[in-house]
Amino acid sequence: MLADLAMAVTLVGVTAYVVLGGADFGAGFWDLTAGGAKRGAPVRAMIKRAMAPVWEANHVWLIFVLVMLWTAFPEAFGALTSTLAIPLFLAALGIVLRGGAFALKGEAGTIAEARALGATFALSSVLVPFFLGTSAGAIAAGEVPLGNAAGDAWGSWTGTLPIFVGLLAVVTGAHLAAVFLGADSQRAGQPELVHAFRRRALGSGVVAGALAIAGLVVVNSEAPDLYDGLTSGAGLACVIGSAAAGLATLALEWRERFEVARYSAAAAVAAIVAGWAFAQEPYLLPPDVTVQEAAASDAVLTALLIAAGLGMALLVPALVWLFRLALSGRLAYEEEPRP
Amino acid sequence: MIDGALGGPGTQEYLLEAREMQAMSFAVHIPLVCFGIAFPAMVVFLEGLWLRTGDPLYKALAKRWSKAMLILFAIGVVTGTILSFEMGLLWPEFMATFGDVFGLAFGIEGFSFFMEAIFIAIYVYGWDRLPPRVHIAVGFPVILAGFAGSLNVIAVNGWMNQPTGFSIRNGEVVDVEPITALFNSNLWHELTHMYLAGFMVAGFMVASVYGYAWLRGRRDRRHLTGLVVALSFAALVAPVQLLVGDWSARTVAERQPIKLAALEGLKETEKGAPFEVGGGIEIPKALSLLAFHDPDATVRGLDTVPEEDQPPTGIVKLSFRAMVAIGTGLAALGVWFVWMWWRRGRLPRTLWFHRALVAAGPLSVVALIAGWVTTEVGRQPWVVYEVMRTEDAVTGASGIPVGFAALGLVYVALAAIAYVMLRRLARKPFEVEA
Repeated sequence: MLADLAMAVTLVGVTAYVVLGGADFGAGFWDLTAGGAKRGAPVRAMIKRAMAPVWEANHVWLIFVLVMLWTAFPEAFGALTSTLAIPLFLAALGIVLRGGAFALKGEAGTIAEARALGATFALSSVLVPFFLGTSAGAIAAGEVPLGNAAGDAWGSWTGTLPIFVGLLAVVTGAHLAAVFLGADSQRAGQPELVHAFRRRALGSGVVAGALAIAGLVVVNSEAPDLYDGLTSGAGLACVIGSAAAGLATLALEWRERFEVARYSAAAAVAAIVAGWAFAQEPYLLPPDVTVQEAAASDAVLTALLIAAGLGMALLVPALVWLFRLALSGRLAYEEEPRP
Repeated sequence: MIDGALGGPGTQEYLLEAREMQAMSFAVHIPLVCFGIAFPAMVVFLEGLWLRTGDPLYKALAKRWSKAMLILFAIGVVTGTILSFEMGLLWPEFMATFGDVFGLAFGIEGFSFFMEAIFIAIYVYGWDRLPPRVHIAVGFPVILAGFAGSLNVIAVNGWMNQPTGFSIRNGEVVDVEPITALFNSNLWHELTHMYLAGFMVAGFMVASVYGYAWLRGRRDRRHLTGLVVALSFAALVAPVQLLVGDWSARTVAERQPIKLAALEGLKETEKGAPFEVGGGIEIPKALSLLAFHDPDATVRGLDTVPEEDQPPTGIVKLSFRAMVAIGTGLAALGVWFVWMWWRRGRLPRTLWFHRALVAAGPLSVVALIAGWVTTEVGRQPWVVYEVMRTEDAVTGASGIPVGFAALGLVYVALAAIAYVMLRRLARKPFEVEA
């Protein structure tokens, strides 16, 4: 019971990170593909404006997930980080490069500098969700056994399913970003950008949906147990919910109702995370280690859950205030001088 | 004594590289933490001066500093993330065995980090957008979160030096009491020492920049105000730090006698042990006096434990001396400033004072790192003091040297980015509202 609750809180963190952090990474994807310095300038400016006040807070969800995992499920955490050392390390490096390049973007003195920084920001924005996605995929594929580096250092995360989850992470992040940025452009009263993000949202939404459907085929061949979980009971409900939310999002994007689409797009992603959890239940590291077995003692879980509850009571109002200020354009943002 | 819960790393030929990689990451992150601790207080202080006096110079300076604060915070966010990853990537056995014991502290730290990130963004992007009183109020959660964050991280380090809140039965960690582990007895002196160090490093670093500007002839009111405010924080804290340092050293003497022996390179147990100042010069009985406040106290030597349980003495002894020497010098510099300000109401005018200031910033960082080397290397060969060996905590994964090199390169790039951004900020026109 306590173990499941701790897992649920961890998954709330995962979902928040996939949605909020994922959208920040997705913004990097659109930065990468925005075109030349002049043509891409408005898109890049909107990305900077939308991300600057919130990316640090969004990033903290990742730390939250790591801390929840190592406190509530320490042995599973050690197994994960030692077997998946390569993708996790690459993701960590990508996070550093992205943070640094984002901070410096727009400060570039020359076109060449701007290009180098832009490319670093954009490329690392694609690599981080990809490597974190492959790590999640490796868990789902049952490639992470208990033990110190007991799994295959390369093979564990380079199979079809992990690579597929990595791609899905990149594409869903891009889709979320397009939706969020479309809504931000609407609030900022920039109809041309709204159109630009509408195209991107619809395009990436269709790709994400297609990937998700293809994903079921991959899961069926690579992880039959997981497939059974996804096609029955609560897992199936989540899959249907995600599909419905995804379709609704596409319809909303078509009609440029981005403000509502923010929530439906987030719900579609949240349903995927929840569906994965239900489908894999009761295992944390399939095929052997259950959530219950991996959990710390009740004393630890109780203290952690109380701390998390109190923390959330402080965090949620603060986050709501930050997002309100940021979304209503009440936070200052300096238009950086163009090189 | 306990082996790792995951069954041990097998053979890890790059244990030393793993430790060095971790040390490098700490050395990069900890100076940034100092700015997280102290910079918000300095900026809010300036904003308070503005609200009280209505002098727009204070506001302009606070605004400028807050932008530097945000740059350093952003870099701290990513370097701190590396540390979180490294906990698992380099030391999975340590995390698997004890993550539940000390994890609560990191859980609370995570929320502090959230609050810091949220309110620092509102503060820095909220200038002129929020009513002045709301704006300054937003600064306080940032200061508090900096304190709460350090408290919790230090709690974990204190615990590693004085592991409590669990028992070991049949080679397994049982009866975990997370609250006991969190409030271990090392928490208070380590926290005070580090929190004050944060103010010394941030204060002296900022004062250092303005000291350099003074030497280059920029001596207008803006530069003098910046210098005096930053230096006041550091100068008031530096002498107090000497007393806290004494408290820390006595605690180490009492609880980790072997670490104390390493600090002094004391090979054999001695009654009335002397303190070696350096170059072979010894002050009789001074070590006993310093460590136990009793000139005839017995100080345990390294030879009271088997060789495999002894920390490396050379680097520990050297770092400890570097920290003490620099700390004493910084305290003297602080006293000089405070005295002049109090008696004459001005800064010392000699070139040497300002040259010393320029050196004080980087030296304070050296002392900070030296202090951490002292306590961390002094704890070796244990990751959890007298419970788990560092060699049993390490990962079994290969490729540590490759990761070490890659991370080193990334840090070089990050340092370049930080430098360029702060330079650009400094060069922007300084606008004081009419």
